[in-house]
Amino acid sequence: MKILVTTKRVEHYESKIRINAQGTGIVTDGLTYMINPFDEIALEEAVRLKDEHSAEVVVVAIGTEDATQQLRTGLAIGADRAILVKATQPIDSDVAARILKAVVDREEPNLVLMGKQAIDDDANQTGQLLAEFLGWPQATFAAKTESLESEAEKQKEPAIDLDDDTATVVREIDGGLETVEIDLPAVITVDLRLNIPRYPALPNIIKAKKKPLDELTLADLGITAEPKVTVLGYEPLPERQAGVVVDNVQTLLDKLQNEAKVL
Amino acid sequence: MFEDPLVRPFLDDSHAQFYQNCLRFTREEITPHAYAWEEAEIFPRELYEKAADAGLLGASMPEAYGGGGGDIFHLILFCEAGLWAGTTGVLVGLGSMEIALPPILALGTEEQKRRWVPPVLRGKQIAALGVTEPNTGSDVASVQTRAIRDGESYVLNGSKMFITSGVRADIVTVLARTSEDPHGGLSFFVVEKGTPGFSTSQGLKKMGWRASDTAILTFEDCRIPIENRLGDEGMGFLALMQNFERERLLLAVYGHASAEVALAEAERYARERAAFGRSIMGFQVTRHKLARMATLARACKALNYQVADAMRRGESVLEQVCAAKNFACDVALEVCDHAVQIFGGMGYMRESIVERLYRDVRLLPIGGGTSEIMNEIIAKLRGYGR
Ligand SMILES: Cc1cc2nc3c(=O)[nH]c(=O)nc-3n(C[C@H](O)[C@H](O)[C@H](O)COP(=O)(O)OP(=O)(O)OC[C@H]3O[C@@H](n4cnc5c(N)ncnc54)[C@H](O)[C@@H]3O)c2cc1C
Repeated sequence: MKILVTTKRVEHYESKIRINAQGTGIVTDGLTYMINPFDEIALEEAVRLKDEHSAEVVVVAIGTEDATQQLRTGLAIGADRAILVKATQPIDSDVAARILKAVVDREEPNLVLMGKQAIDDDANQTGQLLAEFLGWPQATFAAKTESLESEAEKQKEPAIDLDDDTATVVREIDGGLETVEIDLPAVITVDLRLNIPRYPALPNIIKAKKKPLDELTLADLGITAEPKVTVLGYEPLPERQAGVVVDNVQTLLDKLQNEAKVL
Repeated sequence: MFEDPLVRPFLDDSHAQFYQNCLRFTREEITPHAYAWEEAEIFPRELYEKAADAGLLGASMPEAYGGGGGDIFHLILFCEAGLWAGTTGVLVGLGSMEIALPPILALGTEEQKRRWVPPVLRGKQIAALGVTEPNTGSDVASVQTRAIRDGESYVLNGSKMFITSGVRADIVTVLARTSEDPHGGLSFFVVEKGTPGFSTSQGLKKMGWRASDTAILTFEDCRIPIENRLGDEGMGFLALMQNFERERLLLAVYGHASAEVALAEAERYARERAAFGRSIMGFQVTRHKLARMATLARACKALNYQVADAMRRGESVLEQVCAAKNFACDVALEVCDHAVQIFGGMGYMRESIVERLYRDVRLLPIGGGTSEIMNEIIAKLRGYGR
């Protein structure tokens, strides 16, 4: 069994994101980075499955040399190998999925586990596109039936049920939870309520330095990055206006009707 | 992760990742409860286990005994990250093992290390160090607690004062007198909770470090097997001196870390708070105060990191560590005082982090050897005769 997991480098969720003066991107000074939290959950699941199925776990990131930090964290959490696909140009979900398809073609994993979306662009497309390009089944928004305070979670039991040919996945859907069985190989994207990711232990962090990390270029993969989405510019959200205190309900209704025009 | 070019050369990727873990733990497990624990003057025992599960305890201790296998900077980063919650008490409570275990690791047999160290690093047991006594603090060589050999055991009599984590400790590393020789007559022992004749007081009421418990320990004909002696008789003083080096560095680190947190709080408040129609950051006097605080914090951290790095290389830095501790005390006291001033009345309220830090840092020139004692050591090492 081989599991491929994505570990995208994203701005830390506690960072204050500011748009640069030219409106061409964000100010990166003083930002800290992390593995996309949804990918972290995918990796946690992979590492739990690894213990159960003696699987090999491979983490992959696309980006500059900086993304090796997230790959090393992935190795410290429990992945066996890492692959950095070096790319400096802008990458949209479509290009990311094409790159991942090329990596999957080389690695031939039984399962690709990834976050349902990355917290930077929140696109929620790469997993679905990858499954489409591969012609593989997909199960999106994987979750756990039990709560995250349950005994099963404390015991670090995997929520995804794997055997040689199939995966049983509980999915979060609008009305609740749905259980699907899909054939392997497959792509599974994970939601927030699947598990609580572990802290990588310090000895593992130190040992992760010695685990293999391969670098590939887009040329190695035979890919030219031609994004379908071009970012024209960035704008900050309008500043929130100060509120007003109204004297009575009637004034409030008036304002809602005539000024805010929401009633 | 580490942007300060003065700091970056000492740290690698493993430090950055470990620091992230520490920050996450602080944010999720300490910060939300900091105020309540300070008021309750205790934090839940489960926190030890949680910190152990997160792989944070004993960062620089050997992996073979359940430690992180890292270096002194991993431990420093644990302290720095933890202080962002604004409660030194929680950190020194979790950290009492950092002064209690080293004598076991330094003097203990393989069997002793395996018996006492892993349960503490797994967060199952709490360890404390018992050196100070009601009548003896600075003058360590006059420790009066006696351990008298009686067949296959020692009988302990005496008491220990101001012992961090003493109320809850499962094991205490105790310095006791085995002969009259002032220095050569001191030996370390491990005393386990529940041993007849060993009792602890209630938590002492303190000015700061409130979330940590501090106790008086009493030994009355407390009989312990000779297997609980660490090393040979008389090896205690030297081991204590080595232990002090680390402890003093850690206290110096609390100094620069407290200064950094107080500075960050003061910067935030100075931007938000308005007076006379403008933000108080708009007053030059505030900006200059902040500039001085930043300067002191930087200088203090830079010195501490240099001393820590020399320690990591295995060099002797007895004098430098005393200097670093004293400087850190001065910096922490001054910076926290300015921070309270910038906060105005809000700085006097217990819910402000700067108020807690102001009280917490007052211990730094007292604990782990007072500033006067640090100066005595520096003077002696520099050969200043009378
Ligand atoms: C909150 C807290 C936690 C503590 N935790 C621990 C712990 O876990 N384990 C432990 O063993 N101890 C602990 N201590 C004790 C601490 O290490 C001692 O308080 C410290 O070493 C000072 O000793 P003392 O209080 O007896 O002061 P004293 O030695 O009585 O000193 C009183 C004053 O005299 C000055 N003085 C003494 N000798 C000289 C000299 N030669 N020249 C000039 N001035 C001198 C001192 O500098 C000081 O100003 C803790 C203390 C506190 C308050």
